[in-house]
Amino acid sequence: MASYSEAERKRWPDIVSDVDLRHLATKVLKHWMLMAFALLSTAPVALVVLNSFKARRAIFRNPYHLPNAETFDLAGYETVFEKSQFHLYYFNSLFVTLTALALILLFGTMVAFALAEYSFPGNNLLRLFFLLGIIIPIRLGSVSLLRLIVSLDLIGTLWALIVVYVAGGLPLAVFILTQFMSQVPGELKDAARVDGASEYRVFWLILPIIRPATGTVSAISIIPMWNDLWFPLVLAPGEATRTVTLGAQQFMGQFSNDWNALLAALSLSSVPVLIIYFISSKQLLQGLTAGAIKN
Amino acid sequence: MTASLSQQGQPKNRKPFPLHIVVFLAPAVVIYGLFMIYPLFDSLRLGFFVQVTRGVEQFVGTQNYLTLLTDEAILQPRLLNALKNSFLFFAVNMLVQNPIALFLAAALSTKTRGGLLYRVLIFSPAILSLAIAGFVWRLVLSPLWGVVYDILKALGLGAYAQPWLGLESTALITLALISAWQYLGIPMMLYFATLISIPNELFEAAYVDGATDWQIFWRIKLPLLMPMVGIVSLLTYIGNFNAFDVIFALKGADAGPNYASDTMMTFFYRTFFGSGFQKADPHMGAAVAGTMFVILLAGVLLYLLIRRRIRSYEL
Repeated sequence: MASYSEAERKRWPDIVSDVDLRHLATKVLKHWMLMAFALLSTAPVALVVLNSFKARRAIFRNPYHLPNAETFDLAGYETVFEKSQFHLYYFNSLFVTLTALALILLFGTMVAFALAEYSFPGNNLLRLFFLLGIIIPIRLGSVSLLRLIVSLDLIGTLWALIVVYVAGGLPLAVFILTQFMSQVPGELKDAARVDGASEYRVFWLILPIIRPATGTVSAISIIPMWNDLWFPLVLAPGEATRTVTLGAQQFMGQFSNDWNALLAALSLSSVPVLIIYFISSKQLLQGLTAGAIKN
Repeated sequence: MTASLSQQGQPKNRKPFPLHIVVFLAPAVVIYGLFMIYPLFDSLRLGFFVQVTRGVEQFVGTQNYLTLLTDEAILQPRLLNALKNSFLFFAVNMLVQNPIALFLAAALSTKTRGGLLYRVLIFSPAILSLAIAGFVWRLVLSPLWGVVYDILKALGLGAYAQPWLGLESTALITLALISAWQYLGIPMMLYFATLISIPNELFEAAYVDGATDWQIFWRIKLPLLMPMVGIVSLLTYIGNFNAFDVIFALKGADAGPNYASDTMMTFFYRTFFGSGFQKADPHMGAAVAGTMFVILLAGVLLYLLIRRRIRSYEL
């Protein structure tokens, strides 16, 4: 190695620390920014949940304090359970979302398998047919959809919501699943066929392989169905078929001046969903990431 | 294209439509065709009809559309106002949500301690419904509760505090910002996914030369992100043209104050189902939906045109 003069040697630490400092400054700035946005994203809901357990006076006097023995009050929750049927709303939302999801996954994988596996006349046309549904929101067809649902005698039933959500969720599901399906190695299927398996059996055999894709599709499909306000309002607004979103919206319209009840209703409709989200968040975000890269 | 993969093992393919393919396709095609494609096109058709008497419809050509564009009493001003507001709603999301999402994703895609936790927290509002998240903000912004005013005062900005959701001049922008806040995590995750799929070798050399994360972001990552910026913009456009839930939940079908927060979707709802000041008219509603259909397709076409001009780098 070449020898350095004393003057040069002295400058090294400065150069190094200069670069390090710049990296450090970027790093600190980055964490500040991320923390600020994490706080902004979570604080409003946290504040609502926190205050839902307090007496009215404490909600307004010191909204930032945790409830204590003196301020703890469940009056809001009592009102919500007396005046509305949140357990029913939850049942409705769960029934609609899970049934629709099961059908989207089943029918979606079947179509994806056929599109990726067989070349038949109209294959590309069918892909376009499904692509159309990704671009155009199903809500724009509501005028005709309402008539159709009425004529099928499904109006005011949970099945009205299920069929519409399945129809609306299929295009994106088919799109993602077809991408995954076309990556399943052909040898596997051909080996099964040599053993005399029917095409239905081949389909059944490769289902486990595309499990990761069904995770992505579930994550993408569930959220808009669970949260939808439009179709419950248009197709099933009755008390017996109210979903959590519609039920909470109607309740909050009626009790807009009862802060305890408002905070309790908001907490009841968001906390269970958030808990499930935090438990499954790692898979969910990984699923979304995988889905985004594929597309 | 993908079907060629298994063609050797598939002598059956020569027949036009083997039964098993029909079985695989039928359920999805029937449900999707019947409950999505048919209503969309039938709604377009209904826009060219009026109801004469109960159950009897008459074809009137473009009359509904002409009325929509020329009725100076109600429809035309409402349409223009809703159109303007819908674009404003989209613009706020585009200009606020999109850049913030991009910067957060850029920060998260470099080695970050607690990166997963940040992503989980920032994404969390997106799983709530807009109606619920909107109501949370209505309480937080309420002058009665005063939470936001406390915070502004603490920052020395107390003088700027206003009941934003209630003012004609700020209601729409506030609603758009609530929506931008809620769905920030979605474009963030899309950008993040793109960024982490960029191979490290592409910027390792720059690191060795002492470039900061900031420089690497501008010079290397951003150009590679441009195609995703286009996709996110299109998704923002489609998603926000649908904007309904937060406005309906907080402002009702009349999208007050004085229609200041009225968008195409709330206008569609009112025209279809009626409200205090507007008669319910499904056929006119279908014409409004038809108008939205055209605007949406125009946006998609514009995207396709622009996309061909953006240089995309093959990784």
